[in-house]
Amino acid sequence: MIDLSHLKADFPVLSNGVHFLDSGASSQKPIPVLEAMDHFARTSYANVHRGAYQLSVAATEAYEAARARVASFIGATDEREVVFTRGATTALNMVAFGWGLEHLGPGDRIMSTEIEHHSNLVPWQMVAKRTGAVLDHIPMTDDFRLDLDAYEKKLGPDVKLVTVTGMSNVLGILPPVPRIADLAHQHGARVVVDAAQLVPHSGVEVTELGADFVAFSSHKMLGPTGIGVLWGRLDALEETEPFEGGGEMISDVTLFESTWAEIPHRFEAGTPPIIQAIGLHAAIDYLDAIGMDQVFQHDRELTEIALDRLSDVPGVQIQGPRGMEDRGGVVSMTMEGIHAHDLATILDDGGVAVRAGHHCAKPLMRRMGVTATTRASFYIYNDEEDIDALIRGLRRAGELFGLGS
Amino acid sequence: MSLEDLYREVILDHYRNPRNKGHLDSPDAVAQGVNPLCGDEITIELNFDGELVSAVAVSGQGCSISQSSASMMTDAIKGKSRTEIETLTKKFRDMMSLDGESDIELDPERPGAVLGDLEALQGVRKFPVRIKCASLGWNVLLDALAPTS
Repeated sequence: MIDLSHLKADFPVLSNGVHFLDSGASSQKPIPVLEAMDHFARTSYANVHRGAYQLSVAATEAYEAARARVASFIGATDEREVVFTRGATTALNMVAFGWGLEHLGPGDRIMSTEIEHHSNLVPWQMVAKRTGAVLDHIPMTDDFRLDLDAYEKKLGPDVKLVTVTGMSNVLGILPPVPRIADLAHQHGARVVVDAAQLVPHSGVEVTELGADFVAFSSHKMLGPTGIGVLWGRLDALEETEPFEGGGEMISDVTLFESTWAEIPHRFEAGTPPIIQAIGLHAAIDYLDAIGMDQVFQHDRELTEIALDRLSDVPGVQIQGPRGMEDRGGVVSMTMEGIHAHDLATILDDGGVAVRAGHHCAKPLMRRMGVTATTRASFYIYNDEEDIDALIRGLRRAGELFGLGS
Repeated sequence: MSLEDLYREVILDHYRNPRNKGHLDSPDAVAQGVNPLCGDEITIELNFDGELVSAVAVSGQGCSISQSSASMMTDAIKGKSRTEIETLTKKFRDMMSLDGESDIELDPERPGAVLGDLEALQGVRKFPVRIKCASLGWNVLLDALAPTS
């Protein structure tokens, strides 16, 4: 069992004893991240890429150092492949609108999946509507995996783009992205990965993943809100038009037209999230010091314990795979006769913070035949006591709703 | 504020055995409402006999608070006039403090004397994120009673 208990004291929010099992929605922030942002704002803050004065030079260097840190963290071969965005959602929209509007048209197909978060589904619906392309989906099998046989049959020369989650925020499963990407590339399609859950919980080597675009957020990986990353292979970014126009993203501007700055700056219109970039840098340092393999294994160990203990609670039904194969630290469940929101209220009364609802994945909920689930998600600061509290709360819910003991 | 105050037996009874559940053959008015945050859904169907609500049916899905509130509401409005229902709605909203400070006085000595079973929902007030659950059915009812529906 991996012991990360020494880390808990780094998270001030947890000092009140809350059993925080909602890191899949957003993670807590450790002191080194908070201090890095505070120190930078107090000593080195200015706008980036414009001032000729020393403070702006220092801020620019720190901002670009954050970009380099992200690149090394995800195994990018070129720092220019790292675009700072407002978050994973913005990153996915940048691909949908910046790449999709340029390269999709009537007769083309976009291949998404049945298990996506709305942020990797709705932008493609919008772009399909505007371009006349058709949206298609890799189905889910009854054992909660992507149906790769069906996927292979669906692939064809009209599929121009395949977009898939790297780790489901509801099921916790890790689809075989390298294989999905390889098949897509054989048909000449571009590949997008929503890595909002994957990067914080397992880390990623973008060169091994095989995707052309990878999107993730800082706030789910111990960093601040307001910043995320779009990684794109250089040739894929060169095919992508800027999604937003404004300052910092241009090379030249006349009254009627403009030329773009170099990659990645052409994708970063306006003042970027500078302080947040410093925070993300510190978050990556923090995670790397633990080691992403340790983070992943810790989450998985807790998940295995939770799955085992949940099977003893009357009325609890696991919504997703019960095994540990190719999955990360997420468990969704329902409880017979008790709605997810009632469950969340009862758990909250015992100091347990979980997510209840459709998890921004309504098509997946319909596919599973449920309207809402209760989700526990684990991260580095969680331990078995959190699972104890979860189990206590579920038993109490059963008692309140008369499910027996 | 304890969970036992929130999940009173009468609430759980209406949740498990919702009253007036289903559909009317030819409703005079239908309205539907969704709480997009949690996905709770309620549809209300009404028949009128002049000014009176002669029949009511409710359908939908959601948590115990939204579904039991709607169930109690259907019991409370059957046979009532539009004016009486407006007064009842006002009392309910007052009890939930939905329109600011409440001026309603429930009698602790005689539970149910003012609003019947609905008084069991007063515990929801102490759980602010759940007030929207309790009020969903009532908002749908107002839509169904609106002249355009």
